[in-house]
Amino acid sequence: MLTITTQGPEQTRAIGKRLGRMLHEGSIIALIGGLGAGKTVITQGIANGLEIDEDITSPTFLIVKEYANGRLPLYHFDLYRFDTPSQLDFFSIDEYLFGNGVCVIEWAERIEHMLPSEHMRIDIQWVKENQRQINLISKGESSSGSNNYQKIIKSMQG
Amino acid sequence: MDKKLLVLGIETSCDETAVAVVRDGRHICSNVISSQVKIHAQYGGIVPEIASRKHIEVINQVVESAINDAKITLNDIEAIAVTYGPGLVGALLIGISFAKALAYGRELPLIPINHLEAHIYAVYLEHPQINLPAIALLVSGGHTEMVLVKALGVYEPLGRTKDDAVGEAYDKVAKWLGLGYPGGPIIDQLAKSGNKEAIRFPRAVMKRGKYDFSYSGLKTAVINYTRNAEHRLSSTDGLSLAGGLPLTEVPPLNDIVASFQEAAIDALTNKVMNAVKDTSAVSIIIGGGVAANSRLRDQLNEKTAGKGISLYIPSPVLCTDNAAMVAGLGFHKYNTGKMADLSLSVKPNLKWDE
Repeated sequence: MLTITTQGPEQTRAIGKRLGRMLHEGSIIALIGGLGAGKTVITQGIANGLEIDEDITSPTFLIVKEYANGRLPLYHFDLYRFDTPSQLDFFSIDEYLFGNGVCVIEWAERIEHMLPSEHMRIDIQWVKENQRQINLISKGESSSGSNNYQKIIKSMQG
Repeated sequence: MDKKLLVLGIETSCDETAVAVVRDGRHICSNVISSQVKIHAQYGGIVPEIASRKHIEVINQVVESAINDAKITLNDIEAIAVTYGPGLVGALLIGISFAKALAYGRELPLIPINHLEAHIYAVYLEHPQINLPAIALLVSGGHTEMVLVKALGVYEPLGRTKDDAVGEAYDKVAKWLGLGYPGGPIIDQLAKSGNKEAIRFPRAVMKRGKYDFSYSGLKTAVINYTRNAEHRLSSTDGLSLAGGLPLTEVPPLNDIVASFQEAAIDALTNKVMNAVKDTSAVSIIIGGGVAANSRLRDQLNEKTAGKGISLYIPSPVLCTDNAAMVAGLGFHKYNTGKMADLSLSVKPNLKWDE
């Protein structure tokens, strides 16, 4: 696990950008953090790192937005509205998770049971006004894991 | 001279199942809306799968009511207009599947309608003559868009939100403060008794795109503000506040929401007025659910007073999602030959110029 403290959205966005540059086909990023933590901000950075030049706007209304013009496709999910398990009965995310793009999932704790065991989890905690503590965690990956989340986290340290 | 036409309009882009009959793009014969607001209220927002299922459950009945209210029969309908985007994919699918089946079965023309454009058309249902060019602002839970209307069907997009829609900010702030859903009317009502100058929340200044909007920062500022206040109440370390308030008192909830609303609406009206000035527009058109906001109306009335600018805001029932605007616009699309065949499919991310 890597812990980074950021001072303001620009720094949070920069973390996303560095991360975005290292992601590859099938990467899954689970974002956890309350309202106003900076989940969309870090996603904007990831999109930048994926060389997507469109604006990344809130997907709350549409649940998922797709961005196809970057180095890899980005699927940006927002599960804000799914706050009781029964709402997920008809929801399927598999075709995205096992597709050829990068999935970034806001409020991912709501579908934790649907995620492949190997993914990167990013916890964003509100510390104070402009300060956030960001934890990057490789989940369920052995040291030889194909997604290299551990390797990515290691190189983020340097 | 345009052909006379009785159009059935269908709108299912979000949480309203709406069907209307409109004659010649002007006369509303019926306008039926089956809202899911109460169903979604318990979830603090729209739940797409519930929305789709509810559309299926009620659409037959809503069409029947629209036909009955118009005192006609299905045989009298001459064309079918339907919203094909933008919106929730599953919800849109119900509307266009129904419309296609009806058009095929009855051998009627099928007219695809852009939901954004329909919101602008809503003002034409009540004001057939609008002086152009106009600045149109479309504000709702899913949209924050500003366009220059050069002619009906000719638009120049000027700006849009870079993050959250303005109505989404209202919903999220209301949920954060424990006020319920939908946030717009709740906050608007509560704000009336509050001091809008109590807290100076930030008005987003855009580095690029001077007509673009941003509401994520304002939402976060309200969250930061209340968190700081809680923190201050539970500790004695005298944490300083962004709003620069005396440390001994926390403003009441109505002051917080009034101040939030003032910041949210200032951003809209300032940019609308700048756009009016820059484009020499002679009218302002407002559409979408947030058009019902009392502070938005007041500010626009104040800022346009004595300037010779006409302000058009549809009646509340035509501001929020409805099918009269779809059927009405359908008449004009028919007259300009903008019909679709049965291969029509939904476009959840449909833009202005498509």
